[in-house]
Amino acid sequence: MPRYIGKEMSRVDGVAKVTGRAKYAAEFRAPNLAYGFIVLGTVAKGAIKSIDTREAERAPGVVRVFTHVNAPKLGPKASHEQAPPRAQEEQDKSFRALQSDKIYFNMQPVALVVAETYEQARYASRLVKVTYNAEKHTTDTEAVRERARVPKQGPPPKPRGNPEEAMKNAAVKVEGEYRIPIEHHNPMEPHAAVAVWDGDKLTIFDKSQEVYNVRKHLASSFNIPETNVQVISPYVGGAFGSSLRPNYYPSLTAMAARELKRPVKVVYTRTQMFTGHGHRPYTIQRVALGAERNGKLTAMIHEVVHNTSTFEEFSDNTTGFTRQVYACPNLHAPLRITDTDLNTPTWMRAPGAVSGMFALESAMDELAYALKIDPLELRLINYAERDPESGKPFSSKALRECYRLGAEKFGWKNRKFEPRSMRDGRLLVGWGTATGIWGAFQMPATARITFRPNGTAHVASATSDIGPGTYTVITMIAAEYLGLRPEQVEFELGDSKFPRAPAQGGSWTTASVGSAVHGAALAVTARLLEFANREANSPLKGALAADVEMLDGRLRLKSDASRFVNIAEVMKRNSLNEITETFESKPSQERRNYATLAHGAQFIEVKVDPDIGQVRVTRAIEVTACGKIINPKASHSQEIGGVVWGIGMALQEATEIDHRFGRIMNPNLQHYHVPVNADVHMIETIFVEEDDTVVNPLGVKGMGELGMVGIPAAIANAVFHATGKRIRELPITPDKLL
Amino acid sequence: MRPFKYTRASDAAAAARAVAANPDARFLAGGTNILDLMKEDVERPNELVDLTRLKLAEITTAPGGGVSIGALAKNTDTANHPLIRKNYPLLTQAIVAGASGQLRNMATNGGNLMQRTRCQYFYDTAMPCNKREPGTGCGAREGLNRIHAIFGWSEKCVATYPGDMANALYALEAQVRVRNASGRERTIPIGEFHRLPGDTPEKDNNLEHGELIVAIDLPKSNFANNYYYLKVRDRASYAFALVAVAAALEIDRDIIRQARVVMGSVAHKPWRSQEAEAALSGRPASEENFRRAAAAALAGAKPLAHNAYKVELGKRAIVRALMRAAKLI
Repeated sequence: MPRYIGKEMSRVDGVAKVTGRAKYAAEFRAPNLAYGFIVLGTVAKGAIKSIDTREAERAPGVVRVFTHVNAPKLGPKASHEQAPPRAQEEQDKSFRALQSDKIYFNMQPVALVVAETYEQARYASRLVKVTYNAEKHTTDTEAVRERARVPKQGPPPKPRGNPEEAMKNAAVKVEGEYRIPIEHHNPMEPHAAVAVWDGDKLTIFDKSQEVYNVRKHLASSFNIPETNVQVISPYVGGAFGSSLRPNYYPSLTAMAARELKRPVKVVYTRTQMFTGHGHRPYTIQRVALGAERNGKLTAMIHEVVHNTSTFEEFSDNTTGFTRQVYACPNLHAPLRITDTDLNTPTWMRAPGAVSGMFALESAMDELAYALKIDPLELRLINYAERDPESGKPFSSKALRECYRLGAEKFGWKNRKFEPRSMRDGRLLVGWGTATGIWGAFQMPATARITFRPNGTAHVASATSDIGPGTYTVITMIAAEYLGLRPEQVEFELGDSKFPRAPAQGGSWTTASVGSAVHGAALAVTARLLEFANREANSPLKGALAADVEMLDGRLRLKSDASRFVNIAEVMKRNSLNEITETFESKPSQERRNYATLAHGAQFIEVKVDPDIGQVRVTRAIEVTACGKIINPKASHSQEIGGVVWGIGMALQEATEIDHRFGRIMNPNLQHYHVPVNADVHMIETIFVEEDDTVVNPLGVKGMGELGMVGIPAAIANAVFHATGKRIRELPITPDKLL
Repeated sequence: MRPFKYTRASDAAAAARAVAANPDARFLAGGTNILDLMKEDVERPNELVDLTRLKLAEITTAPGGGVSIGALAKNTDTANHPLIRKNYPLLTQAIVAGASGQLRNMATNGGNLMQRTRCQYFYDTAMPCNKREPGTGCGAREGLNRIHAIFGWSEKCVATYPGDMANALYALEAQVRVRNASGRERTIPIGEFHRLPGDTPEKDNNLEHGELIVAIDLPKSNFANNYYYLKVRDRASYAFALVAVAAALEIDRDIIRQARVVMGSVAHKPWRSQEAEAALSGRPASEENFRRAAAAALAGAKPLAHNAYKVELGKRAIVRALMRAAKLI
């Protein structure tokens, strides 16, 4: 019986966070620290004509003003035109600041003012005078939609079957065009870096989802060995994808520190965050579905165009899961991208999936109405028993149970089919459903465990905890398999001195890093057994590593607890102060024989005030099947957060650009709306656990992104059911419902 | 922010004198708006005169049955004051519809009247804005103007006054009491306190430089029974109104004796509709009459490219607010 896995546990880092002991990037100090403030440009395209820093340099406390004129060149790839051949390197064509006079997007950094205090730097930043040779820019994806091209990266858009023909012959068809505006992650914590050089060695405190990636980026930026760079990022106040890539500020900060020979700190303002990292792209989607009268899908066409920048390719893989969610013999789901004079988009929570499923699951609802079939029933009719893309079986898939349980909890059978048929006084009531889907990914990851005879363990891996509870879940896994109590385990992450871990993205951390910790714990167990059995009278003689387990200071036979050795004594007799094992876990070969996905079903109730267009999401029931749940407390928290994100995307979030200036006009939290408490009503999250022995040794699948994937569509579908209005363009604000 | 001198005023006269003496000085009360704007480099005073030690926070009954509200009384304290809750519940509703609990705890009544527009172009110093920098043009006129004015705008400025409290004050016919550097006091009817942008959108209101708001006087009200403040916005809380309506009715045996209809976030000032009020006065409180009044209120609206919805939304919001005020729903 597991002692910790599967049981609720509060965050091990909770107290440190609420008492301020947990240090975030901007909170680190260094002697003689100087403060940098970024100056942003004001045109969308062209070149800097002149930049006058004299007044800023004379301002009190100013140490230096960096511009493209005096900033050293960063990295071997100073020119964006030198496209590196490999995809891995392609990712690091990321924008670096102050490298030339060229302007690629509005609110691009054009100077860094470094001063003795933050206030002095910020003040002086206003004294930098810049003029431009502006060129005609394009920031409107709609305007360059026709120029869209297939991205070099990602899977080629191969059709399945004969979708055009099948569509032509379909008994019932629906077709619609759906739009998602640019969105920004807006984590609470602003991005920040503190850079400290010691000769040619750099230590940088950063807000990061992948310290190794930042390390590589900085090493290439300064032409120094990666081992000369240490990236430290112990706590992250939310990131949601915005810190997956290095962004431009770490190299900018380190450059200033190197030039000035003193530590420098740079912190984004909220406004700077809107171009200081990427965004969810503006996405135009055409979905056409064809079906037989009995509801069986015969054709799915899902065409996507979204923006990228002029200097880098980004694909959101919007249609990736469209290929795997429903059984349909004929499908075409191509994605194309088009250049805009904006910063490069990036992954934002549930990237691609939530955008694609908004369109597809809205279209499925439209099809249900065209067919006069209950929307949930339509999804069951087209349930994929095997992966429609590869034909492989699923490693596990409890989606049918998610639908059943969610419908039962929600009371779906009481739903009246016709739109505008349910009321609560003056309010229109709408019930909507949608399917959620996400990959059960696993990446190579390494963890190190140091076990001590006093019954404590130190666990380390260079992963991140951007909020999902990685500190806690890894502590639980280590405690479980080392036979310790959680308080005997110290887990450290977010430091490139620790063994390599993948980015905290894709909802793969527990599957990847958890498996590495599990493997390292088993390696410690095996090593102890080896030492124990060096002794002639070992009660474990003949036992294999798989036969024994550690528990409460003993190494014992699983099948007979009376056969054990005292771990501390074994270590003492062998003069071991500690046992250290490092383990790298990799996705198994067996996974290749299966499709590995996580699924969910969402049931949403909205109440719409039809007179004033006001929508409230009054009930959300989300049932997800994502393997084994290690910490139900943090897991529910993830799914609840996913629902809230879905509410924001469905009803509120939009980055607004004035295309005349190519400039984001709402780069702040007063104009860019995210849900507040009053927008959030009843949310119930339920897990249908799956016993999946294929995905990874722990049987876990990711959930952090899954939780939001179906929500915007379910809300839009509920709004249709309430009002009879099909809103195909997010967000659904009051003006769209009048 | 830019360096500035900080002065703590000992009394109202000294405060008014200090600001009057320096064209670039500004009063500082709760600071919930001006400090943000200074950080964004939108406001650039070289001196702030701190009012927070002045004894101007009292809420007292006034002769004639009214109530006088100190300019420095906090929004929260005002909304929760027994005199306000009992006699001017419309004001309570309007105040708590605005901002957040934390902001209302800091924000003062005088400061609330002084809050500046939330136009995105006003906030971005790289963009044209005649209000922030006269002569640079209006970014919103042909730009993103979903949240902008449908009444009383000019080619120079299409911004709105964003607040809630002033809409209720207008419906309650409040008077703003102000004092200048020489100690002279005058009262400004709330409807004349804010102004339309015309050719000088940099001026939000009709205060002289250095004039200090000392109190807001509310006359005796007959609107404590039939009132409603409706705020329609993009999320449930902590957002500025798309359209707000302060509705107040005096109803005698189902006949409306007096009506007040003020719309918020539709103009550069709270927008009172005498047309709607005239259409209601002397008529029965009914949905049909409310619709007629709402149509009259929006008849003169001139929407911009992205805010035509405000015309229809305004009508519906007026009907809804009046229905609630009349307790018909």
